Amino acid sequence: MIEKEAKEVLASLPETLTPKDRAAIPHMDMPQQDPKERINNMSEVALGYTEDEALVEAQRCLQCKNKPCVSGCPVGIDIPGFIKKITEKDYKGALSVIQESSLLPSICGRVCPQESQCQMHCTVGKMKKNVDEAVGIGRLERFVADREAESAMLPEIAPETGKKVAVVGSGPASIACAADVRRHGHSVTVFEALHKMGGVLSYGIPEFRLPKHLVDTELEKLEKMGIKFERNVLVGRTRTIKELMEEDGYDAVFVGTGAGLPKFMHIPGEDLVSVFSANEYLTRSNLMKAYDRKDSMTPIFKSTNVAVFGGGNVAMDAARTALRLGAERVDIIYRRSRDEMPARKEEIEHAVEEGCNLRLLSQPVEIIGDENGIVKGVVIRKCELGEPDASGRRSPVEIPGSDYTEPYDTVIVAIGNASNPLIKKTTPEIETNKRGNFIVNPDTCETSMKGVYAGGDIVLGAATVILAMGQGRKAAAAICSYLEGNE
Amino acid sequence: MYRIVRKETLSKDVFLMELEAPLIARERKAGQFVIVQKGGDFNERIPLTIADADISRGTITIVFQRVGASTYALAELNEGDSIENVLGPLGTPTHIENYGKVVCVGGGIGVAPLYPIAEAMKKAGNDVRIIIGARTKELIIEEEKMRALDPNLIIVTDDGSYGEKGVVTNPLKRLLDEGDVKHAVAIGPAIMMKFCTKTAEEAGVPITVSLNSIMIDGTGMCGGCRVDIGGEMKFVCVDGPEFDGHLVNWDNLMMRQRTYKAQEKEDLDSCKGGICGRLGLK
Repeated sequence: MIEKEAKEVLASLPETLTPKDRAAIPHMDMPQQDPKERINNMSEVALGYTEDEALVEAQRCLQCKNKPCVSGCPVGIDIPGFIKKITEKDYKGALSVIQESSLLPSICGRVCPQESQCQMHCTVGKMKKNVDEAVGIGRLERFVADREAESAMLPEIAPETGKKVAVVGSGPASIACAADVRRHGHSVTVFEALHKMGGVLSYGIPEFRLPKHLVDTELEKLEKMGIKFERNVLVGRTRTIKELMEEDGYDAVFVGTGAGLPKFMHIPGEDLVSVFSANEYLTRSNLMKAYDRKDSMTPIFKSTNVAVFGGGNVAMDAARTALRLGAERVDIIYRRSRDEMPARKEEIEHAVEEGCNLRLLSQPVEIIGDENGIVKGVVIRKCELGEPDASGRRSPVEIPGSDYTEPYDTVIVAIGNASNPLIKKTTPEIETNKRGNFIVNPDTCETSMKGVYAGGDIVLGAATVILAMGQGRKAAAAICSYLEGNE
Repeated sequence: MYRIVRKETLSKDVFLMELEAPLIARERKAGQFVIVQKGGDFNERIPLTIADADISRGTITIVFQRVGASTYALAELNEGDSIENVLGPLGTPTHIENYGKVVCVGGGIGVAPLYPIAEAMKKAGNDVRIIIGARTKELIIEEEKMRALDPNLIIVTDDGSYGEKGVVTNPLKRLLDEGDVKHAVAIGPAIMMKFCTKTAEEAGVPITVSLNSIMIDGTGMCGGCRVDIGGEMKFVCVDGPEFDGHLVNWDNLMMRQRTYKAQEKEDLDSCKGGICGRLGLK
């Protein structure tokens, strides 16, 4: 359907396009699995552009001289540059433009919140007064990365310097940092606590949004660059940062351990049997592949009526995973209204299309269980919106006397994550703020401990993949100049 | 990869494995555990206590009982085979000090994790008394190692097939009634630890227990192992596994341990892990 439309548009385009012509080209939707079908499988929902669709979408770019979109990209990809290559059908060329700034286009093209980053600044979207009408930069990035997956080149590696850098954690911040440091010829070892690399890309984001084979492919690229991976090392327990530097001879350390500590609401009933943190639920399903009941040895609770607490991307991921695991009803319970939900608009739409219910302006106040400790209901208090809070969002105000009980058999708590306290506990030299996040120099990502840098969620609190990568790159630049200054 | 350098069958369903894991051997302290994943995409992560370690050999020892699909599959491995993933040491080490006189109680497979604690208590100068118990004689493990720490080791079996007949709380009460016991430690099934705690409470003696809740990552990122300790939510993998027994909400712990009972049985019956034929399971 979309492909046919794309063919027609392509055939009707004049030889040379004026900006007005370009702005008149309709925004290409991306083909998707039908919602009724896709809730029965774990395959990717968004199917990606065909070549024709990508060509049409690429023609919508006005090639602005001042490139406002680039300022919205945390790693500064030359967006008009790679889109121009697409219009010339030079897809390899497009990929190399992207790779100058980003090593993970197949991942970022899928999981970045483009509507609040690059696409928010797009002139076409501004002209149409609708960010949804902006050029589909993320979709084009994904198209290029997928189409040229085989031809992705390894960056050039400088001659070995003999310096050693330890990277703690293997999520997006660490991956970006490791790659850049390695490019400068330093030896890099990445330490990961879990048995699989990738951090949130492996355990958090579900297969239907980010196929795991893409993560594996990206990590293999890093291995080919000569980066060493050590799994099953929990820094803070297996080794401390001090030991890495003083005994194991690392000249610098980058800490990218993320924000993996689940927050709970601390309401009565949260210790019942079928109450899960979203981290646990998603780790079971994604990392341990519990969705594959036939093969996986890791069990996951059989749920029929599921309540998900929270309104962020993690809540959407958990809700949509529960549907795919066979739940008949999934309610997303959020205390503000839909406009205030922190999840990406697209993810909320996907969740609703698939049949998740949004129970808005609702605050869970108690979880009730049966005699076996299984959840049987949630007491919900209605809310209304009050004045904006510090974050600019209107605060929920609970309405007294509005409590009612809704039946559920499972609760998934997805109200956010905090930083894991382990490194903080075992490395008192590193200063943290009252939330437990590392305090770093904003220009260099250096911590209060000499030679130790940090980036991503451990510094920012729970943020996004691309912001983490941006910090990883910034830290890498600072680490390289620190090591070179040491010579 | 973590090579199995020694495997022993301690009883019909209980196995000991000494694994090559030099980093863990060097760092581990009494009370800590590891998470073991046999390998591949589909095997689960299971927590097992470090029962012993040898720094010069670079090895740690785990002891486990075959109770479900994963432990059956693990028991299929032999000397020279490798386990792909072993993460550790995890958890907060046991608080060891010279209390004076300490009673250590181990039930079933809990005797294995009790050993390094009893050993450390002894090294700290305590007069250590040890009670070990099991359902029946052939499930008693590590008798000799324990006797080396306490020549007056007390053995108890439910059916009276070895040692004294009954449950471990009987001799525990006797020792506590003697009056000079300053601290107790109990490791075993939750129900046993619960009643040991009750017995200690009556005698007014503090007791340390090692909780065995369900775990996945073992690093504090999921809260699957959370327990109620004196009304506060704690994560066993990071804050524990040891807690003050008097503060533990035992009924909640036991309820949460049963979360996957039906699926665990299903997995064992369906012979996951390729274990059925060889072991004569149906």
